[in-house]
Amino acid sequence: MLNANIPEGPIEQKWQNHKFKLKLVNPANKRKYHVIVVGTGLAGASAAATLAELGYGVTSFCIQDSPRRAHSISAQGGINAAKNYPNDGDSIFRLFYDTVKGGDFRSREANVYRLAEVSNEIIDQCVAQGVPFAREYGGYLDNRSFGGAQVARTFYARGQTGQQLLLGAYSALMKEVSRGAIRLMPRSELLDVVLLDGQAKGVVIRNLIDGTITSYAADAVVLATGGYANVFYLSTNAKACNVVATWRAHRKGAFFANPCYTQIHPTCIPVHGDYQSKLTLMSESLRNDGRVWVPKKKGDRRAPGAIPEDERDYYLERKYPSFGNLVPRDIASRSAKERCDQGYGVGSTGRAVYLDFADAIERLGRPVIEARYGNLFDMYKKIVDVDPYRESMQIYPALHYTMGGLWVDYNLMSNVPGLFVIGEANFSDHGANRLGASALMQGLADGYFILPYTIGGYLAEQAPLEASAVESAAFGTAQKKVEATIQKLLSIKGKRTVDDFHRELGRLLWDKCGMARSEAGLKEALEEIPKIRKEYWENVNVLGSEGEFNQVLERAGRVADFLEFAETLVIDALGRQESCGGHFREESQTPEGEALRDDEKYAYVAAWEFKGVGMKPKLHKEKLVFETVTPSQRSYK
Amino acid sequence: MSKTINLTLKVWRQANSRSEGRFATYPAPGIDTAMSFLEMLDVVNTTLERMGKDPIAFDHDCREGICGACGAVINGQTHGPQQGTTLCQLHMRQFEDGQTIVIEPWRAAAFPIIKDLVVDRTAFDGIIKAGGYISVKTGSAPDAHTIPVPKANADLAMDAAACIGCGACVAACPNASAMLFTAAKVSHLDLLPQGKAEGPRRVMSMVEQMDRAGFGNCSNEYECEAACPKEISVSHIARMNRAYRRAKFAGAP
Ligand SMILES: Cc1cc2nc3c(=O)[nH]c(=O)nc-3n(C[C@H](O)[C@H](O)[C@H](O)COP(=O)(O)OP(=O)(O)OC[C@H]3O[C@@H](n4cnc5c(N)ncnc54)[C@H](O)[C@@H]3O)c2cc1C
Ligand code: FES
Repeated sequence: MLNANIPEGPIEQKWQNHKFKLKLVNPANKRKYHVIVVGTGLAGASAAATLAELGYGVTSFCIQDSPRRAHSISAQGGINAAKNYPNDGDSIFRLFYDTVKGGDFRSREANVYRLAEVSNEIIDQCVAQGVPFAREYGGYLDNRSFGGAQVARTFYARGQTGQQLLLGAYSALMKEVSRGAIRLMPRSELLDVVLLDGQAKGVVIRNLIDGTITSYAADAVVLATGGYANVFYLSTNAKACNVVATWRAHRKGAFFANPCYTQIHPTCIPVHGDYQSKLTLMSESLRNDGRVWVPKKKGDRRAPGAIPEDERDYYLERKYPSFGNLVPRDIASRSAKERCDQGYGVGSTGRAVYLDFADAIERLGRPVIEARYGNLFDMYKKIVDVDPYRESMQIYPALHYTMGGLWVDYNLMSNVPGLFVIGEANFSDHGANRLGASALMQGLADGYFILPYTIGGYLAEQAPLEASAVESAAFGTAQKKVEATIQKLLSIKGKRTVDDFHRELGRLLWDKCGMARSEAGLKEALEEIPKIRKEYWENVNVLGSEGEFNQVLERAGRVADFLEFAETLVIDALGRQESCGGHFREESQTPEGEALRDDEKYAYVAAWEFKGVGMKPKLHKEKLVFETVTPSQRSYK
Repeated sequence: MSKTINLTLKVWRQANSRSEGRFATYPAPGIDTAMSFLEMLDVVNTTLERMGKDPIAFDHDCREGICGACGAVINGQTHGPQQGTTLCQLHMRQFEDGQTIVIEPWRAAAFPIIKDLVVDRTAFDGIIKAGGYISVKTGSAPDAHTIPVPKANADLAMDAAACIGCGACVAACPNASAMLFTAAKVSHLDLLPQGKAEGPRRVMSMVEQMDRAGFGNCSNEYECEAACPKEISVSHIARMNRAYRRAKFAGAP
């Protein structure tokens, strides 16, 4: 059994007590410690800025040409906090409760409570930084509601909340770069984590402009490298999102937790061609005013406007009268799949449902809808060439977010001492399903308010690293291995492109390990993945050389890791013979087709230990104890 | 409804910042008009890769018009012919069957070419580093409702803050000026009470850095506004100029 180091005491006091008990690094000594932060999304940028403010030396790496372009930039809908400004009955406890329930009782209570507890400070911090949140005429902040909640606790900046929050964190980061407290290294990719005496003390980085490989040593390493949804090839994530950093750390001993918990977002633009490179999310906030429906008659090919009201099935409102269109994502996604599987789907492929604003436009007027969703409607029109003010949108679920990630304890430290993991890259707060507007909250909670304290507890017990550490053998070996892998990829000179393999892997996972999973399907995937991987290493064509700007080589390394990681994801899905949140096992459902959990057997975190490529990883369990919220069958009826 | 069209691409190819570039011509047959411009480039690149030829390098990430990574000059227009649209959101239905498309990188002294269509825009980070922030430390903020912000100001600040830092404004400007980029940030922070305290110092320092980085002067051509995929208004430049004069007059450091 894994020990999560959850502090003693009542849930409301755990974090305050723990903060008090954490050892502190003397302010004069802080500058002797150096921290590497990989990633500049909300989690990484906020952590780097705050660590630098506290006095630590920081080096910050990211793949993009500027930290401001991290994937967090594309978050649309909003960020939750328990401010209760609308006075509708919200509280820290309710946000905590909703998040534990929304996660289908597969998250760690103590972490979630802490998340809810610091949520309000995040909003204060962002406003002080100049984040232009939406406001009401009185000059106060506006809130909206989001899937899975019955209170309005979501703060937003038009449809660009992630952008504005990230620009806030980026500005804090640049403030510290300007002071000389942070060394910024964009266009850099982590290709290995280096351990000295079993502790994470550095990284190996490839400079993406000229291909140089360099080792960097530090007193602690923080991974804020985001999620792995792109293992499915098609997802709503940015193209550079990958599993490299967390996977290489996993190969060095860090446990990978709950990889099968993947979130499928109900409202995305449907797939339209096999050249498709990514799927576009239409923010969940659209479900506040939009109504989801399919025709009552199978295979009804009439234009949506020609289908009269009484021939439409508003299936979410029908099945879940109290939450209606605002049910959590997993339920909305599965319901869409169920209708399409039954033959009620619309669009050219039959794999789409309608999201309709006619009622809302009539009730509120077009200007209100424009103010709320204008940029989303424009984006839809640009992509699909249909005007959603006039005709129903077509939507379908798509891979969106990954709840699984590297295992961390209450201090956000992995089982490898000195290796901290924050943001989407860790597993800790969302259980088996994340509620909307909670990822931004978690990234900033981790980066601004949690990690900067907990890392001090670790550093206080370490002597600062000698400058010569980077010359030690462990770095040399790691660097040689990285170089050898690159050479190997370049030398294959096969017939198939990197993307071709990536697409094949993605299709397989979507079919066998997507919205619904069965024992037979998962076993087939486990047969197939090693075959694709084997062919990859024999037949992939990676052009160019190592010492130059080489985007094919970059992708080749990422796909190689996806091909290893995918197997662990499927093994995890096969082992969890219950349905929970985004993990739906066909064998485990209620007579009404809802997810059926098995708390007796599966109320644990599955943390996998690497045992070699193609070898079965070893399972470690962290038992989930619910002291405050009693797990129940989730109901949104 | 989508259909397929046949195109010819003339693309700027340049191995790295030190080498000379040139145009290369590639056929792009059977392009589905529902594709995005970048998907069209993906298709062409796949063909090049299959022939063992170096694919065209271009920056991209979100492919949703928000990260600001993508961008190229398409037939002389930054981000192509569609108003208010990034290259990744431009779709092939904007082009005609048989058309030749000329594709070039941003050209500006402050944005050296890294490879093909990829340029180095770190000069933008330099401008932000010079003062594009509010100096508030984590944990020291008062409650978010302490200072109400008039909705009109908040909305205007948001209009300016929508900048994605893509660099089209610089590429479109005959002087390769970064006025719109810089002004958008100055305006965003100046319009909010939280940003006021540091206003004079910020504007001075950012404008100086802009000059130092090798961006040109603004001669009111307004090409930047027309090129901006987020349609950021040149009125922010006027606001910045006022703030700059005020700061200079008051003798801000
Ligand atoms: C379209 C979309 C909309 C969303 N909307 C919302 C929303 O409204 N509300 C909400 O709460 N959440 C939303 N989410 C989820 C949320 O945006 C993400 O979960 C969150 O932003 C992740 O932040 P992060 O800091 O953990 O990682 P990211 O923002 O993904 O950043 C990862 C960083 O790591 C770097 N990196 C990765 N690998 C390496 C490597 N090997 N070497 C070096 N650097 C590396 C990258 O360069 C990047 O800087 C949305 C997600 C998507 C896709
Ligand atoms: S790829 Fe992000 S704006 Fe075009």
